[in-house]
Amino acid sequence: MTSLQRKSSVAFLPVAFVLLCIGLLWYAGAVGMNAQGVIERVLADQPGWTTQDLVSATLNMERPVLPAPHQVVMDLYSSLVDWPLDSPRNLLFHAAVTAQSTLVGFVLGTLLGVLLAAAIVHSRTLDRALLPWIVASQTVPVLAIAPIVLVILGSLGLSGVAPKAAIAMYLCFFPVTVAMVQGLRSPQRIETELMHTYAASRWQAFWMLRMPAALPYLLPSLRVAIAAGLVGAMVAELPTGAQAGLGARLLTGSYYGNTVGIWSALVLSALLGLLLTGAVALAEKLLLKKRHAP
Amino acid sequence: MSAMTLMGGLIALLLAVWSVRRCAAIEGPRWAGPLTAGLFGAWVLFFWQAGVTVFEVPRVLLPAPWAIVQSMADNLATLGRDFVQTVLKAVVVGWILGSALGFAVGVAIDRAPFLQRGLLPVASLTSTIPLVAVAPIMVMWFGFEWPSKAAVVVLMTFFPMLVATLAGLQAAGKLERELMHSYAASYWRTLLDVRLPCAVPFIVSALKVNATLALIGAIVAEFFGSPTVGLGFRISTEAARMNMSLVWGAIVVAAVTGSVAYALLVLLERRWAFWHPSVRSS
Repeated sequence: MTSLQRKSSVAFLPVAFVLLCIGLLWYAGAVGMNAQGVIERVLADQPGWTTQDLVSATLNMERPVLPAPHQVVMDLYSSLVDWPLDSPRNLLFHAAVTAQSTLVGFVLGTLLGVLLAAAIVHSRTLDRALLPWIVASQTVPVLAIAPIVLVILGSLGLSGVAPKAAIAMYLCFFPVTVAMVQGLRSPQRIETELMHTYAASRWQAFWMLRMPAALPYLLPSLRVAIAAGLVGAMVAELPTGAQAGLGARLLTGSYYGNTVGIWSALVLSALLGLLLTGAVALAEKLLLKKRHAP
Repeated sequence: MSAMTLMGGLIALLLAVWSVRRCAAIEGPRWAGPLTAGLFGAWVLFFWQAGVTVFEVPRVLLPAPWAIVQSMADNLATLGRDFVQTVLKAVVVGWILGSALGFAVGVAIDRAPFLQRGLLPVASLTSTIPLVAVAPIMVMWFGFEWPSKAAVVVLMTFFPMLVATLAGLQAAGKLERELMHSYAASYWRTLLDVRLPCAVPFIVSALKVNATLALIGAIVAEFFGSPTVGLGFRISTEAARMNMSLVWGAIVVAAVTGSVAYALLVLLERRWAFWHPSVRSS
């Protein structure tokens, strides 16, 4: 797996080729899926239309079944450029709202996960009683309790960022805890015994041995966590009738049948996901590099 | 709240802490671990029930476990229909189609390293994208009924299976491949007898990941619009109507489904990949 990934990270040409294929398929799909609607609505009043008319009409429809890539790019571009940053018509504003609750939830969830993992490795009781439940929760669609969290926090008078961050937080928390427990346990016996012969206290052993040993486990789980947190934040924006955020944009887009709007929100949320994970991956690289070159 | 209930609560708390600690200290037998976890779960349920009753927590905030069980029993038919709609239709169909498609594409491009090197990074990156957000588009294309949810599930499960298949097909050792080569075995022979069996652990773990993803995908996709049946629909509408015990009931159904699916896949893994070190050690 790792060797495959390393090889592919330099493979610019194959990736470009695949992306090109996806783009072409997208255009072909746009023509194919929109054709019927175009024939019925646009070309009905101009008899004798040619294939060229059909293609150009399918790629520039008002409310297409599948908008062409350039329509989405144009929509994104105009929403980013034509409106000020604090206007709800600017998609970057919605992305910022979602990113904010994702990040707040991510930081809190990571802290909580690391603290709990530290407690679990030091307490046999917690390890035996709590850890199986946390591991089991990985197989359960925990995202489904998001509406409950929204209702509970809503009736406690919390709104805005707090409930969304809470959902992102608990989604981040599970993978981080599981990976961190594994990581804190990864030092081998010979190493813990060495710490023991140095008369290191538990505290010292934790900071000098367990914590550094856990980093290679923690960091990949952070990438999983932030992606889960983003999904959580977006889902949290659905049921409350939220006005802001990418999730709310998706929902309003589907209410008003604004396909191009849905697609631009979708593309922007994909970009946001890539950006957030990329930032975490970069931090991971920097941290681990520093360790390998002392 | 009287002093008596306070005393009772304190005593119960001490008893709980003592019994769980005592249980966790048992060395040796294999049932000690699950027993401790089960005991802890039982105490949590007990304090949840007692706390909600004593402090008279409004049902809107947090229904007692017993209220959830009652509401599940009262709405058994509704939850059953939701289960059929979401799990047996959307999740199962989408999970099978998506996983099969991912596997097929993985095997198909096995002989094209150029495509592999292009597709693998793209497929890996999709795990960072909130794919479930395509739900409104799928609802537009396929309507409110379950096919639109199955389509979301197909999209979510396709990429993990593709990545796992590609990685799994590379997993066979050089020695084994060279042995097959020295037998003058054809490509297909090597694929069927060596490389696919070596890929099984990867494929089963992708099936496990996909089972959870499929449930999440189908439930969340129903938040975006669905007919008046389905677990996701139940959760979102009953939450809006503040009927929280039924919401919890639907979540219990989803959670049990997820755990059972996972357990079944673990059994499958033991049958198919019994030789793999990760299975043998557990």
